[in-house]
Amino acid sequence: MIGLPNYLAVAAILFTIGVFGIFVNRKNIIVILMSIELILLAVNINLVAFSVYLHDVVGQIFAMFVLTVAAAEAAVGLAILVTFFRNRGDIAVDDASVMKG
Amino acid sequence: MGGRDKPGHDELGIGAGFQRLALQAIAFYLLAVVTVAAGFLVVSARNPVHSVLFLILAFFSAAGLFVLMGAEFLAMLLVVVYVGAVAVLFLFVVMMLDVDFAALRQGFARYMPIGGLIAGVLAVEMVVVATTVANTGAAAANDAPLPATDVTNAEAIGRVLYTDYVYFFQAAGLVLLVAMIGAIVLTLRHKPTVRRQVIADQVARSPRTGMRVVQIKPGQGIEE
Repeated sequence: MIGLPNYLAVAAILFTIGVFGIFVNRKNIIVILMSIELILLAVNINLVAFSVYLHDVVGQIFAMFVLTVAAAEAAVGLAILVTFFRNRGDIAVDDASVMKG
Repeated sequence: MGGRDKPGHDELGIGAGFQRLALQAIAFYLLAVVTVAAGFLVVSARNPVHSVLFLILAFFSAAGLFVLMGAEFLAMLLVVVYVGAVAVLFLFVVMMLDVDFAALRQGFARYMPIGGLIAGVLAVEMVVVATTVANTGAAAANDAPLPATDVTNAEAIGRVLYTDYVYFFQAAGLVLLVAMIGAIVLTLRHKPTVRRQVIADQVARSPRTGMRVVQIKPGQGIEE
């Protein structure tokens, strides 16, 4: 029988993969942004699973808000990335300390 | 999860009900395995274009999981917003930027052990919590199947979203507006070499400044 624990386990594994992706792709900011999307997807799966389990639709509404903020974050993040690439000709985030001092 | 089951589905008999449950389990495990595998390939693919494509696959499978749970509206939203907009945005940026992606993968092997360790600890902790919490505490209080209603998932969301959460809804719209303006402001640039039409200068022109009368003396022509 597929129940709440199964969905929570999938979400937990997906969240972990997202965190792992941020750790191993420290220089590639595009993959870091995609890892953040994966983490937010895991959060959404958790919200929807509990929403269906508790018969309360509010969880799905908050999942929608998470989706909205994730889309806005991706748009602004990629815009910053494009501007950074224009100025530096590179996207290595290790060098992203030009604003220091 | 069967939250939206009609109460009379047992009329089909135990065999048919069992078959339906087995089908649900097969669908769940298929979608879950594809989601997790695609998620792993997002972070480990060599080519970022492949990463984006696996991200699309992960979101698509997650939408399938949402349908399985009975959240159809959110599943469609996931497909439209993520597969249709965000993933394509990623794809555009990855293909637009001319970056040496091999150089960006230098630290991959170096950070693998510590990243794997932390990820492993995190995964074990969360899976243990997720599998034990459901059998105890508040989450176990409400396991009764939902009474059958004619209200669809989208209608149920709309009824709550446009009444109790209408200010949150407006705030979400504001967030998207600010993000849109921010992205435009960040990426817009004026090249000095490109000649643009300046409406104010055109309107401010008068006959006196726009025209010059030259007195030409005979036999000399115009020197300019």
